[in-house]
Amino acid sequence: MTDQPPGPRPRTDAPDRRDPDPWADRYDEEAGPLVRLYAMTAGRARTDNGAERVDLMAIVRSTDATPRGPIPPEQRSLLAQCAQGPCPVADLASDSGLPLGVVRVLLGDLTAQGLIRITPPEYTAARKEPPSPHLLREVINGLRAL
Amino acid sequence: MASVHSDRAAHSAPADFTALKLLIAGGFGVGKTTLVESVSEIRPLRTEEPLTEASRPVDSLEGVATKSTTTVAMDFGRITLRDTLALYLFGTPGQDRFWFVWDELATGCLGAVVLADTRRLADCFPAIDYFESRDIPFIVAVNCFDGIRTHSQGAVARALDLTADTPVMLCDVRDRESGKDVLISLVEHVLALEETTN
Repeated sequence: MTDQPPGPRPRTDAPDRRDPDPWADRYDEEAGPLVRLYAMTAGRARTDNGAERVDLMAIVRSTDATPRGPIPPEQRSLLAQCAQGPCPVADLASDSGLPLGVVRVLLGDLTAQGLIRITPPEYTAARKEPPSPHLLREVINGLRAL
Repeated sequence: MASVHSDRAAHSAPADFTALKLLIAGGFGVGKTTLVESVSEIRPLRTEEPLTEASRPVDSLEGVATKSTTTVAMDFGRITLRDTLALYLFGTPGQDRFWFVWDELATGCLGAVVLADTRRLADCFPAIDYFESRDIPFIVAVNCFDGIRTHSQGAVARALDLTADTPVMLCDVRDRESGKDVLISLVEHVLALEETTN
């Protein structure tokens, strides 16, 4: 560490100076998140839309809607990942390095803003909605070919 | 309150991404992490879950409203079969106190592998009880440490009191091909069950 003064690092990738990032001091490239987890969710473990119960295998998609205002950095990176294609909640949680509970709350916020859409997994209970034999055979053949 | 899930016309609607979940269960130190590692790209997944109702009498949360979560890390691996189809492996935590994670993981899973070590067969009893009671298809894979086959599949099946149609196989979880065989056997078992019930 050099004798850099404490405080937010100068951001070279600031998207637009007229729209300052109110969360610029929440993340440091080397140190990672500078706030505790509950700050990211404003202390919430629950959401109004039930996002805290979203399945690990639920698929998250970006709606490509334009955000109405600045988005906190954690939501922004989740959104960036969804923009690359449909993504299960488990992948988003693992890639973000945040606990699942936090990711779920953040996904609930993004849904409420109309920025993402969450689809429940196709197979909600193995015995009730089993995947088709065709799909199972494809999985078997795919595993053999690995 | 509106649900976060968007409405779906029907489950038969073509999905543009299919994620299937398999569980890897078994006692502590039986090789769950090694299996996930040998067949997939393994990544950590952290979860923080509320303490369950069942733990309340023990943990007495009265007046401690803020201490309501506990953190646990799971093994998590992904096998991409094609652009829009992926298999997700979840290693279940070995300790009994993480049952809440099991319930989370078991929801919607395709099936489970119960890894067994014949030197400590009893360690996999809770996993077998769990999947049997929830009607989740599973196979038992005996991890042969150092290639030593101490017991036959039949002897293991009898010792575990498995139903006749529950496959038991021997494996070496360090070996990728062996690990793949375990997963293939599980999916074949799920397919066989589906074909007998339909």
